[in-house]
Parts: sequence; C-alpha cells; structure tokens
Amino acid sequence: MTLDSKIPEGPLSEKWTKHKFNLKLVNPANKRKYEVIVVGTGLAGASAAASLAELGYNVKAFCFQDSPRRAHSIAAQGGINAAKNYQNDGDSVHRLFYDTIKGGDYRAREGNVYRLAQVSVSIIDQCVAQGVPFAREYGGLLANRSFGGAQVSRTFYARGQTGQQLLLGAYSALNRQIANGKVKMYNRTEMLDVVVSDGKARGIITRDLITGKIEAHSAHAVLLCTGGYGNVYYLSTNAMGSNVTAAWRAHKKGAFFSNPCFTQIHPTCIPVTGDHQSKLTLMSESLRNDGRIWVPKTARPGFKGTDAVNLPENERDYFLERKYPSFGNLVPRDVASRNAKQVCDEGRGVGATGLAVFLDFTDAIKRDGKKTIEAKYGNLFDMYKQITGENPYEVPMMIFPAVHYTMGGLWVDYNLSTNVPGLYALGEANFSDHGANRLGASALMQGLADGYFVIPYTLGDYLATIGWADKLSTDHPSFKQALESVNGTINKLLSIKGNKTVDEYHRELGLIMWEYCGMSRNEPGLKIAKKKIQELKVNFWSNVNVLGSNNELNQELEKAGRVSDLIELGELMVDDALSRGESCGGHFREESQTPEGEAMRNDNEFAYVSAWEFKGDGQAEELHKELLIFENVKLTQRSYK
Amino acid sequence: MKITLKVWRQKNRDSKGAFKTYQVDHASPDMSFLEMIDVLNTDLIKKGEESIAFDHDCREGICGMCSMYINGHPHGPLQTTTCQLHMRSFKDGETITVEPWRAKAFPVVKDLVVDRSAFDRIQQAGGYVSVNTGGVPDANEIPIPKIVADEAFDAAACIGCGACVAACKNASAMLFVGAKVSQLALLPQGKPERKQRAERMVAQMDAEGFGSCTNTGACEAECPKGISVTNIARLNREYLGAMLTSYQVEVGGGE
Amino acid sequence: MIFLNDQGVTFTHWGHFMGTNPIIRTLEIGLIIGFLAHIVQGLLLWRANHAARPVKYGVAKKPAGTWYSRSMGLLGTLLLLFLILHTVHFWIPNRANQFIHGEELPLYQMMFEIFSNPWIVLIYVVGCISLFWHLLHGFASAFQSLGLNHQKYNGIISFVGIAFSVIVPLIFSLMPIAIYFEWIN
Repeated sequence: MTLDSKIPEGPLSEKWTKHKFNLKLVNPANKRKYEVIVVGTGLAGASAAASLAELGYNVKAFCFQDSPRRAHSIAAQGGINAAKNYQNDGDSVHRLFYDTIKGGDYRAREGNVYRLAQVSVSIIDQCVAQGVPFAREYGGLLANRSFGGAQVSRTFYARGQTGQQLLLGAYSALNRQIANGKVKMYNRTEMLDVVVSDGKARGIITRDLITGKIEAHSAHAVLLCTGGYGNVYYLSTNAMGSNVTAAWRAHKKGAFFSNPCFTQIHPTCIPVTGDHQSKLTLMSESLRNDGRIWVPKTARPGFKGTDAVNLPENERDYFLERKYPSFGNLVPRDVASRNAKQVCDEGRGVGATGLAVFLDFTDAIKRDGKKTIEAKYGNLFDMYKQITGENPYEVPMMIFPAVHYTMGGLWVDYNLSTNVPGLYALGEANFSDHGANRLGASALMQGLADGYFVIPYTLGDYLATIGWADKLSTDHPSFKQALESVNGTINKLLSIKGNKTVDEYHRELGLIMWEYCGMSRNEPGLKIAKKKIQELKVNFWSNVNVLGSNNELNQELEKAGRVSDLIELGELMVDDALSRGESCGGHFREESQTPEGEAMRNDNEFAYVSAWEFKGDGQAEELHKELLIFENVKLTQRSYK
Repeated sequence: MKITLKVWRQKNRDSKGAFKTYQVDHASPDMSFLEMIDVLNTDLIKKGEESIAFDHDCREGICGMCSMYINGHPHGPLQTTTCQLHMRSFKDGETITVEPWRAKAFPVVKDLVVDRSAFDRIQQAGGYVSVNTGGVPDANEIPIPKIVADEAFDAAACIGCGACVAACKNASAMLFVGAKVSQLALLPQGKPERKQRAERMVAQMDAEGFGSCTNTGACEAECPKGISVTNIARLNREYLGAMLTSYQVEVGGGE
Repeated sequence: MIFLNDQGVTFTHWGHFMGTNPIIRTLEIGLIIGFLAHIVQGLLLWRANHAARPVKYGVAKKPAGTWYSRSMGLLGTLLLLFLILHTVHFWIPNRANQFIHGEELPLYQMMFEIFSNPWIVLIYVVGCISLFWHLLHGFASAFQSLGLNHQKYNGIISFVGIAFSVIVPLIFSLMPIAIYFEWIN
C-alpha cells in the first residue's frame, strides 16, 4: 500500500492556508451531534479537548492520573519556541522551519514542519491570553532566550517551569469546558483498546483504575494524545506512569508505527546511583554554557568529585573541547551524549558506577564569581545538591546521558490522522515533526500546535465527511469483542502468578534496550537484543507475578499491562534500528560513520519515514516507506568540528 | 541503612484501615523515599503480600501526585515533595510513620492514595480566563510589569499536591484556592472575571468540606513550592470585595 | 488612673463617667453583643474545622506555625473564664446596684479588697497573659482575614499588633499586681 501524507500542493508558505480553505466544515448546529474521545490530557490532549469543546463538539477526555493537570508535559523545563521575532534578531517562520528540519537531520516532512513554525506564533498569543505567566522584561513585554544552541532568541519561558505553566493554561481551558458540560472528564481511567469496525475507529475500551470496571465508549473519532515511550528503557526522564499502551494497542488494531528507533538521549542528567534507581532527573542543558565536561586521561575506578579537585590539569581530558574545538561543550545533544558514553566505555568514567562524567564549574566560578554563577544556575545547583547530597559549588557535578524524548510514534498524515480513519495522534504520540532529532523547546510547541491549531480544523473535515449518523452503539459486536479481549488479557496477567515482579521485567527490558538500542547501535548487537526481547516476552507471560484482583486499585496490574506493551514495542524498535542502516539524528549506527567517527547519513537509501504494520502476534511486522521529498531545503551533513 | 516503617494500610474507601509495621533492611542513603517504598513493595510481592498503593508519577517534584504524610509532616521533614526526599534525611535504625493525607474532602482510596478530585472541581468553578482558542490579541499587546508577572508566577507555581490541606489543623484549602485566585487577580487577563471567580471558587471550596483558615501559617511552612500566605490575604480581599460589590445583570432582549 | 496614687479621686471620677454616660453605655451593649458573636462564631468555626478532618493523624508532631495561633480556642476559653470572674467581681454588682438603688458602688475600695487575695491576682494575671497571646495572633490575623495586606504596610501592622498585645494586657495586669504588692495605697 502507498502511504498518502496528504501534503497540500503549492508553495510551502501557502499550503496550510489553502488546505484550511479546502477542508469541509461542520454546520455549527450539527457540531453538538458529534462525540469525540481524547485520550491523554497533556499539552496536546488538554488543548485539543478544550478547543474542540469550544467549537461545540461533545468531548470525552481520559487520563490515568488523578487529575488532568498531572500529565508529564508538566515537567518540561526549558521553554517553548515561537517565530515571533520579538528580539529583532533575524528570526522568521522560515528560519524556525529550516532550523527544525535541519536539526531533525532531514527526516521530517517539509509541509508539516513549516505549518508548525507558522502556528507557533499563535500559541504564544493564546497562552498569554489564558494568563500563563511568561517571563517578562522590565518594560512589561515578553522576554526571550536562546536555547539549545539556536542562533536566535526565540524561546519563551516561565522560569524553569514552562511546561507546568503551559499545561496549567491548557488545563484551565479544559476545566472551563468541563464546567460548561461540553467535556466529560474521566480521571484515573486508562485506555486499553481501540475499537475498529469497517476500517474506522469507533471508540475505546477503558479500565477505571479505582474500581477496575471495564467500559466501552463510542464516538465519531478518537484522538490519542498519550505521549512518548521513553520508559521502554526503564530509566528515563519520563514520569513513572508514562507508557505506550494506548499507541501500541492502536498499532495492533491497524495503525502504523513510524520511526520507533528515533529516541533522544539528553546529555545532562543526574547519574544512576544504584539498582534501586527508578527514574532519572534532567538538568537544563543551559549548564553546558558555563560548565566544562571532562574525565581523567587514564582510567581511575571509583574516582569521585572530591578527588577531582586535586587532579592536575594535565591529567584531565576535556574531551568535547578537544574533539570539537569550535563548538566545544555546546555540541548538540546526541554528539555530547555519544562522546560521554564513549569515554565511559573506555573505562574512564567517574563516580561509584563509572557511568558519569564531570561537569565542572570551577573555571566559571573563578572567571565570573560565585554570585554570577549562582544567579544563573542557583536553582539547578540546589536541585543537584538535594538529589545527590554534593555541593556543586565545591566539587564538580557528575552527569550522564538519559533517555528524554521519543521522536517516533504513530504514523499520521498532514491532518494528524493515522492510517485508520477516525483515529488521530497528537503531540509526542505521533511521529511527525521532529525527524530524527528534536530541538530544545520544540516539544511544547508541537503539542500545543497540534491541539490548539491543527486538529480543530482537520477533524472537522473528517466529521463532516462521515456525517453524524455514522457512529456505533456500544452494543455492536466490535465493542463486545474488544471488551472480551481486554478482559482476557487482564485475567491472563492475574492468573500467571509466577515468581518475578513486573518491575524486574521492566528493568531487564530497559537494560537490553540501553545496551543494544541506546546511544549507538550495530547490527550484531541489535540481533542479540531482538533475541533477548523475544525470550523476555515469553518469560514474562509465563512467570510474571501480579497479585490482587481486577476489581480494585491494583497498581501492579496497571504496570503489568504497560510493561507487556513496552516489551513488544522494544522489539519493533530493534527491527526499525536494524532496517535503518544509516546514522541520523538520535540514531547512531556504528556501521555508518565518517573516518573521524561522526554520524554519517545516507540520503540515497534512507530518506524515508518508516511505517510498520502489525501483522498478528508472533509475526514479523511489515515495513512501509513514506519517501521524504525536499523541495525547499538542501540536504547537508552536520559538522561541529 | 535499616529502617522500620509504620504504614497505613486500607483496602478501599469503605473499609477500616490500620498501621502495619515493616522492616527495610537495605536502604541506601541515596535512595529517594519513594524508591525505598519500591524496594519494600518488591519484597512484599515476593512474599505474596500485596504491595503498598501510593500515588506518584513524575518523581521530579513537579506533577504534585505524590502525597505521603511522613513522621507528622506532609512530604516529610524537608520542605519538598515526597519524591525529592532522600533517605539521607533519616537516621539509621529510625522508625518512620507514613500516612495518607487526612481531610474530609480527601477520602482515602486505598493505603496511601487519596481522592483529590475536590481540587479539580474548585478549579472548574472558576480557575480560568474565559477565552476561546484563536481570536486573541498579540501576546505583546498586553504589557505586564515584570514585578507583577513575577508575583503571578510565584502564585502559579502551585503543584496542587494538597500538602497545605494536609498540614493545616483545619484541613483548609485556602492556600490552594488563594494561589489560583491571586495569579489571575494580579494579571490583567484575569480582571474581567475576578469577582465571580473568587465567589465561585470559595463557594465550591466550602461545598467540598474543607475547613476554614485561622491564619496559623502551617500551609506556607509545609508547601513544597513555598506558596506564600499573602495569597490567602489576597483571596480574602478579592472575596470580600466581590461579596460587597458584585452584581448580576438581568439580560434583557425579550422572549 | 490608679497609678496616679491619689486615693482614687481620678479613678472614681472617670469610673462614674464610664458608668453613667449614655454613649459609653450604648457602646457597652455593642461590646457585649460583639463578645457573644465572637464566641459563638469561634465555636462554630472550631466545630466546622474539626469536622473537616474526621480521621486524625497517627503521628501528631508539632506542626509548623506558632503554638498560640493554633490555640485560639484554649486561650479564648481562659480569657472567657477571666472575664466571667471579672464581671462577677465588679461589673455585675455595680450595674445591679445602679439598677436597684440608683447608686454606684465604691469600685476603688472594692479593688483593694478583692486584689488582696493572691489567687485572684494570679487568675487575673493568667487571664491577661492569655489575652496577650490571643491578641498577638488575633490582631495581625484580622488584617489577613480582611485581606488588608500590603507589602508596604505589613511591617507596621505587625509592629502595632505586637505593641498593642503587649501594652494592653501589661497595664491590665499591673492593676491587681500593684494593689496586691501595695505599690498603691
């Protein structure tokens, strides 16, 4: 089959405007006859649910947390990009578009990315109108900063809590619609299946996490705004509850999964301290503006921060400054991460585990004074001290890369529709706009662009096309069948009563993924990983121990379902990484590097979006390719020497 | 580290709970408090006992989901969230008592999990600016003095965890409500609806069964985000002002 | 006025004024109603606030905040006991006498008799100390509850609050103390 991305014809800058005009509209009086399901209430979900309800549709929104405000968008720190050019420093829609395409290593669609840059401007207006307290200058106008090595200051921020403030803005809009009766909110409710009939998405099956009640919900369309799958690595900066279940079960019902191997590894996270570690904490990469990254020149097992203070300069290796004299410590995330891993693989890592490198502010404090450094990074230093118990003003920080974001996700066309009509994917859950690598401060932008400014237009076209009568009752056999299958899975999980906990399986999966499908990948390793994951899956379904029953709050049961899906996804990630024999963005294949050891893209063979089709349990998935066409940018190789 | 834990176990909303004592023999000072509970839970499952249910999600101090009352303090001895509390804050051999938030408006769901949906309903009563998506002015057409924006941000930093309610001897939610009312009362965007917002949010707060504020200041002292009781004063001012001067306009226009 | 030590001439003069002036008498009724309202409202608040936490904590560590701000009920009760005693000593007999005989009692002399009992002096002093803690919280708290709060004036409110809660109870309690120790005669 051919994948139709539905990118409109015409010049880049007119595509969205023309497309909006060509989309069908639903008569205002008829909107209330339509029901829309929104799964997930992060930036994409909350903004979509609120905007659709404002238009007059009846919305049912679902989140597994105890409140929609707790979705993991809340943890985003840095900021949100927008091509406002308030700073008069040469920014424009075209420049944001170009930076995003280039930053994504030319693996995203031009049309999508250009639209993202266009609507970025409206997002800021919308958030300010809601009362989001962005940082401001003394004159009362909005402040901006340069972020993630961008050449222009286009990042809007609210201290280090931009995600929180944007999410609370969207949450407030959602609350208003809940109060209006246009959104019915289901907290602590998890989606466990999509119902598909006659090739269209018809509704979902959910589990009430308090009572265990399994319920069917019918609607004209289903929007999955369920975030990324970084937790496949067990340790990541994602929230503990972040999972792939909604997207994965949609995939098993026919939705294609795209570019699953594209994961972003963030270089500045607090290192692992032991087996008990449950998650990793990110520290803003702004730290690399002043901190110098180094390890000892020779391997010194157990080398600590307190030892580092006394190590003479000539025994230190400032490896990023040495290898990349022009960018130094400010090389992009993937390059910094890969190099940190390399020196640790050489045995030169520091700390108790040997899986860390120093981020040293001694020189910066000498140069600028402690006061200046405190003003810039005080809160980050405090956070570091709280978690590690070490004072970064006195001993160098230790950092290590951690999984942070997943660029892959459900395949969607220009309308954010998956290949299953009526099933949409928004935000991190789709694969669309970041290519093989996401730029800093672009995740918030994409989530809100999809929810506030894209889906309200494109969904209307679908609804107008099918008509309001085209909705199934939950008595329909397709719902019955889905209910049975969900119940069957739950009963199976509860009946195994094996010897290993869900967390133990999750941790094992994470180790396999990190080892073989992490910062750098090679064919033999990936093949080992595939075998190990298959074994793990078999073992899981025969030896997992889930206590308790379905009819209660059962957090082990919740986790078990999620981990079973992550295991299956893990295998697909490995397949995808195997099939993509080039290095690009966050995906580094050791077979594809330059003589100096840098990533080498292969545009002739791999300038495509992979889209995997589920063919049944235990069967190999089928790879479809959507070729990427670049008419407006010239493909170049990145270089930071 | 060896730790003795006294944990509140309660099967569900309607059953009676009780404290149960557990030993954790191999806690590391680098563990977060929640990771220590993870370790205990793994042990429990291995022994065939159901794990302790507790709310948690981001584990980086921002989602507001974690909610344990530890040794007589919400989120434990430090002014932070439970997930950011580490075992090095405790002594080897210490006995630690862990309870759920206690308030009529926050019924216990299971073990350490409570139902905080009352907070959502208060926000739904008026914690928003009524603007639809699109059709809003350019962001820089609304200049806001930096000092005002900063103060609004300080109020908006609330994570909705409920520690203020848990800490207050009256189980009052005034700090939570005050934070939202303050944020929107300070900003020009929130001005048009400020009176009805204060009235409606306070009415909903009372309907949920939270206690009244008697200005003891415990909420501010225990708030992991340091939200100031100044916001309660502002809420009082907004509320009294609204009570005295708000009016309903009869909208004419004929039948 | 007793500290003028003039055998009660000034005290009796103003005592007579306070006891017979119609404006003061009207205010007195207001004061009584205010007191009662404050007590009733305080009790209702106490009941509602107790109902807001039906299940108490197992561990009741000292919560943050000051002990006296959490103990308004206790301090108020002590204060009320003191007030009852005080009105039984002076106000009720005096008003009763005025009502029945149209004459005021010799309050100045009565003070000397009553305050010769060390237990009564002690109760008066304890009452005034309760008043001190009660006001220390109550003064600033009233401003907070009315939302009369501004960074510029918070310092002044706090200063006046402390000064008020120190000076008033101090002078009150000095009266029985001074009489008991015969600093005045």
